[in-house]
Amino acid sequence: MKRPIRVVMAKAGLDGHDRGVKVVARALRDAGMEVIYTGVHQTPEQVVETALQEDADAVGVSLLSGAHNYIFPRIAELMREKGMDDVLLFGGGIIPEADVPALAKIGVERIFQPGASLEEITKYVRDAVPKRRGIATGA
Amino acid sequence: MAATATGDLVARARAGDKRSLARLVSVVENDDPGAAEILRTLYADTGRAQVVGVTGPPGGGKSTLVNNLAGAYRERSSRVAVVAVDPSSPFSGGAILGDRIRMRERFLDEGIFIRSMASRGHAGGLARATARVVNVLNALGTDVVLVETVGVGQEEVDVIGVADTVCLVTVPGLGDDIQAIKAGILEIADVLVVNKADRPGADETVRDLAQMLSLAKDHPWKPPIIRTSARSGEGTRELVDAIEKHRAWSAGSGEQVRRRRAAARVEVEGLLREALLRELAGRVGESRLAAAVARVAERSLDPYAAVEELLRG
Repeated sequence: MKRPIRVVMAKAGLDGHDRGVKVVARALRDAGMEVIYTGVHQTPEQVVETALQEDADAVGVSLLSGAHNYIFPRIAELMREKGMDDVLLFGGGIIPEADVPALAKIGVERIFQPGASLEEITKYVRDAVPKRRGIATGA
Repeated sequence: MAATATGDLVARARAGDKRSLARLVSVVENDDPGAAEILRTLYADTGRAQVVGVTGPPGGGKSTLVNNLAGAYRERSSRVAVVAVDPSSPFSGGAILGDRIRMRERFLDEGIFIRSMASRGHAGGLARATARVVNVLNALGTDVVLVETVGVGQEEVDVIGVADTVCLVTVPGLGDDIQAIKAGILEIADVLVVNKADRPGADETVRDLAQMLSLAKDHPWKPPIIRTSARSGEGTRELVDAIEKHRAWSAGSGEQVRRRRAAARVEVEGLLREALLRELAGRVGESRLAAAVARVAERSLDPYAAVEELLRG
């Protein structure tokens, strides 16, 4: 059964820079995905609860504030608590290379840094979701 | 999905597990295997919740108003579900579902469940599966289901088949009094909402709507006109009162039964049509169909005769 991939795109924490996340949301839309956009200043709790109620396949979090070493671990922890192991967590923004391995270890499978292309991001979501969910999707 | 897995999901959702509820909604939305079984299991328990539709043009403030309504119903300690529909792209099939942006203060409320739906090519203001999703939420411990349509124009009236009460949200400045007497969406409104009532032109909009209503004197229910300012929350209480008044009238006058019967007819006829088409397609066969289509295209057979021939054989 083919159906569109559902992605929650969020801005978490005290960070109002939403230009990038909107561009990515639009690109995923144009790739045939259903993108749930929740706006800026979300808490990790809000992001995870949204992904749960929307039965999202993936959660993409944009962070340009430097709070990534708090916010990502908290989101990953909440997702684990709620048994959302089959939901993909990825991120993007100003995140130093040195922090990426530690984030990968706690479950942020992929971080897109400045310069990443929209094709790259779209292809990643399209390939990684079916693997994680064990399903066929249409997008 | 295997029968037992579906049964487990229903049991866990009944016990209040939101993730299982979210999964059930997906199965029904995608018409995955198990969807029919879920609806069959739950159907007897549907029809208990109050279903309120909110429709109107894009940018009129529907999502903000739904957020306010959800808050007001929560104050009465009702458990609330929101189904918010946004359009799918006719080109890619993708969608940006942005109604949640206006509902953030409700995200962590234990008594609220919010689900965004893409219209997936359906044209009536809702997705094809919206009525079924509402049924799932209805059966699983919700008191009020708020259904927000895509931003609509004049003719997208599917919400009447889902909601017990339809609120039509309009805003000042969208057109003159002739717009207000046209057929279509205005006719399905049980409650008329003039949102952004703090803006210039609100009085004229209210007046045009009131005039339109005065021409429909024979209708047993006269839709009230409520002024709201969704951003400040002004008018929310009056809107809830108007919805409740309509509900009481609808239940007492037999309108609710009539409406639910009409909706059931649409649902059964739709399923029947799909089933008949499937059976017919099997009986006619692709090769005979293709042959007939080719003759119609080269004008050696007219389409009516083609259908007669295909049904006879």
